[in-house]
Amino acid sequence: MRYRYFPGCTLKGQAKNMENTTMAAAKALGIELVELDQWQCCGAVYPLYEDELISLLSPVRTLAAAEGEPLVSLCAACHHVLKRAQDLMQRNEDARNKVTDYLEIDYQGEGRVLHFLEVLRDDLGFDKLAEMIKKPLEGRKIAAYYGCLLLRPSKAMQFDNPENPTIMEDLIKALGAEVVKTPYRTECCGAYLSVTEEAVARDTVSRIIDSARSAGAEALITACPLCRYNLENCASQEGKEPVKVYYFSELLAEAMGLQFDQLMSAALERRRNKDGN
Amino acid sequence: MATKSKGRLIDEMVLQCGQDPAECFQCAKCSAACPVTAAMDLLPHQVIRYLQLGLEEELVNSKTPWICASCFTCAARCPRDLDLARMMEGIRLTLLRRREGNKFGPADLTAEQLAKLPQQALVSGFRKYNK
Repeated sequence: MRYRYFPGCTLKGQAKNMENTTMAAAKALGIELVELDQWQCCGAVYPLYEDELISLLSPVRTLAAAEGEPLVSLCAACHHVLKRAQDLMQRNEDARNKVTDYLEIDYQGEGRVLHFLEVLRDDLGFDKLAEMIKKPLEGRKIAAYYGCLLLRPSKAMQFDNPENPTIMEDLIKALGAEVVKTPYRTECCGAYLSVTEEAVARDTVSRIIDSARSAGAEALITACPLCRYNLENCASQEGKEPVKVYYFSELLAEAMGLQFDQLMSAALERRRNKDGN
Repeated sequence: MATKSKGRLIDEMVLQCGQDPAECFQCAKCSAACPVTAAMDLLPHQVIRYLQLGLEEELVNSKTPWICASCFTCAARCPRDLDLARMMEGIRLTLLRRREGNKFGPADLTAEQLAKLPQQALVSGFRKYNK
């Protein structure tokens, strides 16, 4: 199974561990992720203003660079922007013509745009994944935290049921852990409000963490670096049973029995391939 | 407030959000769904009501559009299929463009924030509050 891979800025910075663990797990699962050459930031937020076409140039350039091969990303925000940009290119001829004329490319909205979780569910299959788990996370109580960007708007994202998603719970089951459901799993963590209005993010994040704790979860998994930052930094857990936060890929790599040196060698191999190009 | 004279701000807000506020029948599901109403001075459905009534000054001075984090829960729950996240963006970006002011920039960040924040937070924050 071969895919083009768009990392995005955070995966090379604060969320490096999401990339390293995914790459090592993908290799062990026979999933080939080929990083796009000279990729650029997706813009992090999808433009919602009617004439804000300039913010679509970067994601559309990325979509076209996949050359019709399936395009995979790991960061929930990158996937959100790429998927919605593709949706607009398919639906809106005027926007498509303006953007592609400016970029001097031919792109009609083709190609599959996938989050890595969708690759695990739809292309590999969670049943198959479960068979390849070497160190099941037995007895671990894990809750899924979806947040906003993977699910909404569901018409464009086509990711899962926006009100009652199951993909992350199915992953947790495949890894051999116990699923804990929490009522705030699809609610916003406050996103970039942690930068500008921290008190608001403290409020949203505390509700999410507190509800996970009272449901009996020892940890949450997420696919979004900003969710993780907020969940780890904006909730006061002092004097309470701590709820840890992981990228989904960290638990995936752990359950696949991948050790630190295998993670590092996957990272080094990628570096060597890149230098060789 | 210094604005360039290019017609009424509120007309631009409505035009650029690509939604017709008149379609809203004020059921307030958006306000029930929104996770950050505690910090807002106008509830989400009130913002649409103000757009319907053309209350520009009240919208210009409201905190609400700047509190909205574009989580799209309001749009997911709207029985009229209106996208309130786009309306909030219509208000925000019209004000950023027409009043020629950035709401937030790198100088507003502490060294500690710059070291710790994920790149995604910085890019999205600057994109939402700058023009």
